Formats: sequence, structure tokens, C-alpha cells
Amino acid sequence: MAMDLLRFATAGSVDDGKSTLIGRLLFDSKSIFTDQLESVEKTSQDKGHGYVDLSLLTDGLRSEREQGITIDVAYRYFATPNRKFIIADTPGHVQYTRNMVTGASTADLGLVLVDARHGLTEQSRRHAVLLSLLRVPHLVLCINKMDLVDYSEEVYKKISAEFTAFATKLNIPDLEVIPISALQGDNVVTRSTSMDWYSGPTLIHHLEHVHVASDRDLVDVRLPVQYVIRPKSDDHHDYRGYAGQVAGGVLKPGDEVMVLPSGMTSRIAGIDLFDQEIPEAFPPMSVTVRLEDDVDVSRGDMISRVKNAPEPSQDIDAMICWMTNAPLRPRQKLAIKHTSNSARALVKDIQYRLDVNSLHRDLETKELGLNEIGRVQLRTTKPLLCDPYSKNRTTGSFILIDEATGVTVGAGMIND
Amino acid sequence: MTATHADYRLSQLDQLEAESIHIFREAAAEFEKPVLMFSGGKDSIVMLRLAEKAFFPAKIPFPVLQIDNGLDFPEVAETRDRWVSRLGVRLVIASIDDAIARGIVVDDGKTSRNRLQTPTLLNAIEENGFTAAFGGGRRDEEKARAKERVYSHRDEFGQWDPKMQRPELWSLYNGRLHEGEHMRVFPISNWTELDIWDYIGHEGIEIPDVYFAHQRRVFERDGMLLTETPLNPLREGEVVTERTVRYRTCGDMTLTGCVESTASTIEQIIEEVAAARVTERGATRGDDRFSEAAMEDRKKEGYF
Repeated sequence: MAMDLLRFATAGSVDDGKSTLIGRLLFDSKSIFTDQLESVEKTSQDKGHGYVDLSLLTDGLRSEREQGITIDVAYRYFATPNRKFIIADTPGHVQYTRNMVTGASTADLGLVLVDARHGLTEQSRRHAVLLSLLRVPHLVLCINKMDLVDYSEEVYKKISAEFTAFATKLNIPDLEVIPISALQGDNVVTRSTSMDWYSGPTLIHHLEHVHVASDRDLVDVRLPVQYVIRPKSDDHHDYRGYAGQVAGGVLKPGDEVMVLPSGMTSRIAGIDLFDQEIPEAFPPMSVTVRLEDDVDVSRGDMISRVKNAPEPSQDIDAMICWMTNAPLRPRQKLAIKHTSNSARALVKDIQYRLDVNSLHRDLETKELGLNEIGRVQLRTTKPLLCDPYSKNRTTGSFILIDEATGVTVGAGMIND
Repeated sequence: MTATHADYRLSQLDQLEAESIHIFREAAAEFEKPVLMFSGGKDSIVMLRLAEKAFFPAKIPFPVLQIDNGLDFPEVAETRDRWVSRLGVRLVIASIDDAIARGIVVDDGKTSRNRLQTPTLLNAIEENGFTAAFGGGRRDEEKARAKERVYSHRDEFGQWDPKMQRPELWSLYNGRLHEGEHMRVFPISNWTELDIWDYIGHEGIEIPDVYFAHQRRVFERDGMLLTETPLNPLREGEVVTERTVRYRTCGDMTLTGCVESTASTIEQIIEEVAAARVTERGATRGDDRFSEAAMEDRKKEGYF
């Protein structure tokens, strides 16, 4: 079996030891190079630390090193013999929700870190809520700094029970709770010799074995058309292919398909991957589909099944995470990008603001501020081909763009 | 790609390829005038291969831009020319010497050629009206790169502002630009050095010979092995010896070091890279060594 891929997002603050944990994963899996380690050792000495500060490995920008904080989502890479890992490392302090939502948007797994001495905090609950909202299918709670509570089983059990109870209110299909010490290395890559009472997996073992292939939707065919390939060359004079990345379902030659928004139907004549015809396409393959009939298909259209197609709609009901200083208000007009489709959107109503700590819905709210999340109704200039985000994270998500500045100001998840 | 997938799983390399192709298609559809920045090195060759696949059987719908610093390896230019002619893409060359002659860039004799690449590149983008430039940057290369977006916005001065980056969610890329601004697009952001080599091996594509072990007359400077060339005069005490070496990256001949190696096939290189304990840039790139934030500073100015 060829090596597969797991994308995971880490959440937690510097104080929880998140950077140290990532440093530990990279270091113990031998993904740190000697020049990187030397640089960290030297900086640790300069700062007067008595230990090698592994958190320095992940603080990338000079202003971050100077202030000792992480500003932005950083991506890290490491691999074990069977799996490659992409970590979206999100900071705990500044712009918290915005960065966490960004990191979680592509993650198969979310890793929440708590300090064993302090137990669950408002922040760890918020992390879990955001991961659940972003429909990250797997969650790992790492109870860190077990060395500072004498590797106590009682501490582990108490935090574990409290978190599990909280998680039942959320959409978390898979939860694992692991007691670790990132600083000492317990249960990160090597099994701890100080916690015989714990019989579960080490963190790395869990990351290596968690099953993610089945998280994809292989039933509902969705191919957002990105690009129409028409070579018009002598060799390929009549070639007309619709290129895109499969967002759901399995496509095969001969399948009857429907193109939205036109509603025209045809059959798949062939599926090309570079110079080869392939027997089937499934997520997340980037392919080119040819149809038997000469139907009009362009960028922004969606190829799906006749009896299983997304709903074309100009009225969008979504949870929106707002990401800029100036608040989102009713009547505001924005650009919207959904799959390969772009349109304009008008904010019709802000129904409520969700308190991500208490899950309380504030119905009185008139606007959404920076890093706030709320339920919003939009009206778009043309129909978008929508699925609920709970069904499909690709066809159920969109971004909002400020038309004047061009900046991405909001992230949306379409409601059921 | 295997014929059938009983379990509908894609290998990580196939997933990376699919993601990169998606990015190429998105950018080609959304930007009026994209260009692919091509150095002739392994990363930009992988980029060309991915672009070829993204639009096949049509030709790549944008030109290729090379910044000629006058100090490139001749083998790199030969490989570049073979790729360009096979794919039938237009090659735009912006030369630093030409930029100096035209007064666009000032050579004060102290600034490295590497630094002069930035104004030369920005000028070429402006003169040709390119609105997007595909680059082969990878996030595993360097700490500042680890935080860069796939779509990296540049203002009208070509500058990158790391604190003002647009959030990038799912696979939804925001290509909005104002007049005079441009976007750097990094389709292989999520690839590592090992992925690049695995892919080159898997695809069986041509890369410059300097990546494979060969005999070369070299000398040592600042702990790096540099090639003997009239373009890089020896300093006092430097001695030339012949050794069996290969390059891990292909940049400016006067600044890019080679490593002693007998790896003469892709398989041997993959083995060597997998066992390597020093990053490719740390080992062999004089341009990254000036300070801990060398890359961050160059990137802010508009470097690749």
C-alpha cells in the first residue's frame, strides 16, 4: 500500500505546550534536520533556557520570535513509513477563531491540547466547538504536562470524563483522549514508562492508524467544472473536456449525468487523467470528463447525477465566521466564491450570534464582529449549487470577499 | 495511477498531484495573464509537468518566465530548452545583465546577484503585465515559507506583507487584485523535498544532470563546496580539488554548494534525501545564510 496522507490541525496556546508538542513530533519522528536543531539550540542558549526549546522550531517569522507568539497558521510536514502528515498549526492568542477556522477547514483530524494542571478551560471548549462546526471528523484531546501532576490517573480520568460529556453536545464522530508529556516525550512517539495505567495508543500511533478514507462522500456525485479544455489542435480537433477536482461520488464512463444549473443530461464518454483514460474517478482526484452530447458546459457549472443533484439556490442559509475588523451587517453586499463559482451576495438577515464558549444563541445581535460566528441569510445574484456542509465540505462551503479591498472577510458553511 | 481502486484511496503523491492540478486550473481560469516562473531546477520542472497534466491535451495556456542571472549552470539551460520545446510553451527571459544595462537595476558591486533577481523579476512582471506568477516554493523549505498562502498577494511594489495575508480556507482561493498588483501562486506548497524526488522518479521525467553524482572541480568556501568557474574567482587560500558530487538545489553557481555523493540514479537520490540530516537550503544555499530571517526579508521585497 502506498503512503497515504493525514491533514490535522492543532489547537492550543503556547502555554499548553503546543509548539513543544509539534517540535516533539517532528524531533522524535526524525523530521528535524541538524541545521534546524542547531539553530534552535543556539537560540535557546542565547535566551538563557536550560533546555532545548522545541517551540522555536515552529515560530517562523521574526516578529513572532521577538514577541514569543505565533501570529498565523503555519504548515508543517513530517512522515512515518506509512503516512505523510500535514499539520496546520494555529495560534492560541491573536486572531484566534479566524486562524483556527482556517486551519480546521482542510483538516481530517483536530488535536486539542490542555494543561493537566488546569484541566478544561474556556479555550479548550471553544477549540472543540470550532472543530465540530468545521466538521473535522476526528478529534484527539491531548492532556499535556502529565509529568507535572505525577502522571496521575485520577487527573486523566477527571478531564477525560468532563470533556467527553461536553463533546456529546457537539458533532464529534470520533474522539480519543491521550495523556502525554510533550516536554518529556511521554506517549507522543514513545510509550510512557510512567503511566502503566494507560493502555490506549500513543499519539503518533493514533495519527498513523486513524481511518480517514471513509470520511469522503463516495455516493453523491459532484464535479465542479473549473476549466473547459479545448485544444483545437490537429491531433485533438474535436476534444472538449470538463476539468475539475471530484468533490463527491464515483464517476464512471457510461454514467448518466446532469449538468447544473442548465439541467441538461448526457452520459460520460470518458474520463481522462493526463494522457490516460481511467475507469473511474473519485474524490479528491483532478480529472477531465468528456460527455457524449454536445451540451453547453462552462466554469462554475456542476456535473452530478440526474436523481442526486445539489440544490440551485439564490437564498443561502449559513453559519458564517467573520474575519475582519469592520462588522458584518444586514444589507451589506459582498463577493462570494463557492466551488468554482463566483457571484455577489446581499446580507438579508443575521439571525443569531453563536457564543462558541457556551453554545448560547444571541438572537438580539444586529451584527457580527471580528472572530464571531453567526447564522446568516444571504441572497445571491445567481443560483449557487449548494449542498449542506454536513454532507459535503467542498460543495457546502464558501468564502466572502470585500469588493472594495479584495480581502477574504468571511467563511461560510451552508446549513441543512 | 493504478487502473482501479477497490478501496477508493489515493496515495499521498496522487493527492498532492490532484491538489496542485486544481490550483493550476483555478489560477489559469481566474487570472487574465498568468506566467510560470521557471528556474530549470527540479521544483520548477515538477511544476511544468503538473501544468502539462492540468491542461492536457491542450497546451499549457501561459508562458514561462526565467530570470537569467548570468550565473546559472549550463546544464540547467539545456534541460530548460528541451522542456520548453517539447511542450511548445513560450519562454520569456528577463536577464539581470540587461536590467543593469537598462538602468532598471543598480549593480553597486556589493549586492549579490541573488538580491538583484528581485527587481529584475518585478520589472519583468510589470512590463509584461503578468497578473499571476506561479512559483515552485514549498512550505517545508524554510520557516517564513511555512506561513505563506497558496495565493500570495503582492501589492503594487511587489511586496509581501506576512501580517496582512488573506485567510485561505478549504480549496477556495481568492484571486482578487487591484490595478498594478499581482498574485504569486504556489501549487506545490504542500510538497516536501522527498515528495519532489518521489514524483520525478514516478514520472520518469528529465531533470538537469547536475542533480546526479558526477566528477567536478570544486573548492571550499564558508563550509560549502562551490564549483570552479571563471565567474567566481578563487580567494586566497582556496584550493581546487576534483570530487564526486551532486547538487541538491540549482541556483546561482557562485553561491550554490554541492554535496559529496555517489547517488547517480533517482532511487539512490531518494535514499540519500530520506537519510539527509540537513535541509537542502541549509546545506547548499549561501543566499539563505546571511541571517535567520534572510528568506523572510527577501520575500517581503518580492523574491520568488
